[in-house]
Amino acid sequence: MRIGVPRETRARETRVAATPATVKKLVALGYEVVLESGAGAAASFPDDAFAEAGATVGTADDAWQADVVLRVNAPAVEEIPRLRDGATLVSLLSPGLNPDLVDALAARPITALAMDAVPRISRAQSMDVLSSMANIAGYRAVIEAAHVFGRFFTGQVTAAGKVPPAKVLVAGAGVAGLAAIGAASSLGAIVRATDVRPEVAEQVRSLGGEYVAVPAGEAEVSADGYAREMGEDFNRRAAQMYAEQAPDVDIIITTALIPGRPAPRLITEEMVASMRSGSVIVDMAAAQGGNVAGSVADEIVVTGNGVSIIGYTDLPGRLPAQASQLYGQNLVSLLTLLTPAKDGQLVLDFDDVVQRAITVVRAGEKTWPPPPVQVSAAPAPVAAAAVEPAPPKAPPPPGRRFALVGLGAAVLFAITAFSPNELIQHVTVFALAVVVGFYVIGHVHHALHTPLMSVTNAISGIIVVGALLQIGHDDRLVTALAFIAILVASINVFGGFAVTRRMLGMFTR
Amino acid sequence: MTATTAASAAYIVAALLFILSLAGLSKHETAKAGNAYGMAGMAIALAATIGLATRSASGVGIGLLVVAMVIGAAIGLWRAARVEMTGMPELIAILHSFVGLAAVLVGWNGYLSVEADVEEQTEVAPNLLGIHSAEVVIGVFIGAVTFTGSIVAFLKLSGRIKSNPLMLPAHNALNLGALVAFAVLTVVFVVEPNLLVLSAVTLVALALGWHLVASIGGGDMPVVVSMLNSYSGWAAAASGFLLGNDLLIVTGALVGSSGAYLSYIMCKAMNRSFLSVIAGGFGNEGSVSADDRDYGEHTEITAEDTADLLREASSVIITPGYGMAVAQAQGAVAELTRKLRAKDIDVRFGIHPVAGRLPGHMNVLLAEAKVPYDVVLEMDEINDDFAATDVVLVIGANDTVNPAATDDPGSPIAGMPVLTVWEAKNVVVFKRSMSTGYAGVQNPLFFRENSRMLFGDARERVEDILKAL
Repeated sequence: MRIGVPRETRARETRVAATPATVKKLVALGYEVVLESGAGAAASFPDDAFAEAGATVGTADDAWQADVVLRVNAPAVEEIPRLRDGATLVSLLSPGLNPDLVDALAARPITALAMDAVPRISRAQSMDVLSSMANIAGYRAVIEAAHVFGRFFTGQVTAAGKVPPAKVLVAGAGVAGLAAIGAASSLGAIVRATDVRPEVAEQVRSLGGEYVAVPAGEAEVSADGYAREMGEDFNRRAAQMYAEQAPDVDIIITTALIPGRPAPRLITEEMVASMRSGSVIVDMAAAQGGNVAGSVADEIVVTGNGVSIIGYTDLPGRLPAQASQLYGQNLVSLLTLLTPAKDGQLVLDFDDVVQRAITVVRAGEKTWPPPPVQVSAAPAPVAAAAVEPAPPKAPPPPGRRFALVGLGAAVLFAITAFSPNELIQHVTVFALAVVVGFYVIGHVHHALHTPLMSVTNAISGIIVVGALLQIGHDDRLVTALAFIAILVASINVFGGFAVTRRMLGMFTR
Repeated sequence: MTATTAASAAYIVAALLFILSLAGLSKHETAKAGNAYGMAGMAIALAATIGLATRSASGVGIGLLVVAMVIGAAIGLWRAARVEMTGMPELIAILHSFVGLAAVLVGWNGYLSVEADVEEQTEVAPNLLGIHSAEVVIGVFIGAVTFTGSIVAFLKLSGRIKSNPLMLPAHNALNLGALVAFAVLTVVFVVEPNLLVLSAVTLVALALGWHLVASIGGGDMPVVVSMLNSYSGWAAAASGFLLGNDLLIVTGALVGSSGAYLSYIMCKAMNRSFLSVIAGGFGNEGSVSADDRDYGEHTEITAEDTADLLREASSVIITPGYGMAVAQAQGAVAELTRKLRAKDIDVRFGIHPVAGRLPGHMNVLLAEAKVPYDVVLEMDEINDDFAATDVVLVIGANDTVNPAATDDPGSPIAGMPVLTVWEAKNVVVFKRSMSTGYAGVQNPLFFRENSRMLFGDARERVEDILKAL
């Protein structure tokens, strides 16, 4: 089958859906690649480089008439008729935000795959354009901010005086936010970051940022890997947190996006007004309405108090070669999945959740929205709640303990009260010795258990005393038995003490 | 001052010295002094007793006494000097059996010299004869149980017989029956003392001792050994009652209660009641239960990679178990400890209370290998530190590091306190194969993401790591 790569027609778009490197991989999958002349020019990929990689360079119509058309941006409605019947279109479509476009596509007997609908499961990560583009955008947002910001990011002590480090607040620690944290902290700034999902705190710290939590409230664990819209109470507490941070920081980068919905308003006019003159705000959600009051898409606005609000929507496109390469590689990964036999034949398998999820139109039939895909990321809270810690064994109620002690005392009393004097003496000694033994042993260091056992063992050889007193008896048998008893008990006495000595000699600090 | 009062005074001094001895053994600093106190007490007691004996005994008797003591001392000192530290449990078990045997013989002698010729004996007043008879039976009974129990423990620990628990049908009924028989025979003997009944009691007790320990599995041996320690004390105390000798009573009671306390500590460490250990048969059900649960895949690691892990670590904890003793790996482990400490890596040991076959077994082995005792820590002292540890080496331990004890309420070892090694960044488990531990429970630790298995003989593997370092 033939793959066509037309030139991007949207204003200020610099990216292209294929690079010489990805063309080679597409050819290896068995496809023939046709490229509209000049498609890669804005991304510094000349036609010759594509031709060298195995693509045919042709006209726009050549590219549009291919079996599979790869694009970065969704086609304008007037471009849709250029696709031929039975073609497959692969591009960013934002089907949730552009129902008219989806309907227009479904009016044609074509198949349309939305690259921005790839579910966030591990297997599909290599096709996740949102991640790859957000990564670039986050980096670029910091660069844009640094460009506008009139000072160093890093703190320095120079001969001309001390320079304080810049303070950066990143709102939203998704892929873009994390990339921004990494870039800003490697420039030397003090970076703080906040997110509605507390589980990202660790990721923030791993990149050198400091996690600023929204003060106590219900924990929000995401089931599909994306942030969701939050409750009113939470928003109020979050707003308070932003209001506290705004006057303190020099740069704010907002990345808060909720899929398929307008961007949440995080930074209000009052907060912007509270910032110092010269501060910079980068609103990465300007295309979806903006996180910041007063941001204008694709423009830099300078407020009355000297705060610059950057609303660029083409941040990935500002690194065109890199963005094209990553986007192109995402497409190669998708086509590898769709070309199981590597014979240049595209096969769509609806049993596969990834393929099902990205298919917006199949052969003229609208298949949007797809059934939800659960990312197995966080079933944790449910499981944790299910495994209750076993209740600690309740100590016996004091009543029962007293009863036991009382019973023991009564039995002892009964036994001794009816015993002759001699026995009572012995029982007294015995009972006291048991108690003494218990308390003496109570605090033995665990490491000394073995020496303790061998020494008590030696001491219990004291039974030799009994045998010693019996040996002189007239009865031969008694003497013989006593002889054996003395012998074995002596082994105990001498062996026990000697081995204890040996062991204790080994313990060295 | 008569000879008798002098002896009594000596006995009191000896008894106090024994108490000081046990108290001294509770700390490393005073342990050697404690042992010395014990020896002094024993010397005083023996001197006083021999002095008493010379007054009544014939010259032949004294000669026999000296011969017996010399032979016994020679054997004892020889064994004490020769024993391997890994063989400590066996030695202690067999020594317990000697006390048991001596108690039986002393009891029999008590019968032979008193009840057997009631007419001529002058030792016991006629009105106390009944009590004397009861003391004879009790002394013989405890002694005999200690004797055979210790012998079985010795055989099991030295590997001469299998350490699997013996499971006779209705073993609880057998034990109970033996106790009932003992009670009945005691009454009979008190009423009418005769040789036949005493023999019967001895036989019942010997059988009971054998059966009790035979039905307890290898992993419960720390409890069994300290329990037998306790029994040997009670046997000595019973002999003291029999002979009217307070020194024996005091000493026996000291040893008896100390052994009981140690057993209690061991049982607590296994989260089991004393009775359930004594009743035996715990290991059996587990070895049969081949549960089909899918624990996932375990990951292997080589000795070289382990060495790399260790080289980059800043803190390491080693948790040894019985497997280290079996493989005689303590020397290699100590060498590894020295090497790592020389690299400024913090190496410590975490000892589970029931690791090994004897209370404190691991400590003695590590001490033998010259591991400084202040880096050898108890479970409670070290459990909080695992989370901040880079590498944990689990050497020959299994059930004592099983996370199922805390995570899985259905596990047979649920609730048993364990070393929480899985909280560390990396865990390397030294093991012969994937077989289960003593409790017969599979260990989910092996399948954790941060766990690596290093298969083979523990000593060889540790030596491989040493080479790689």
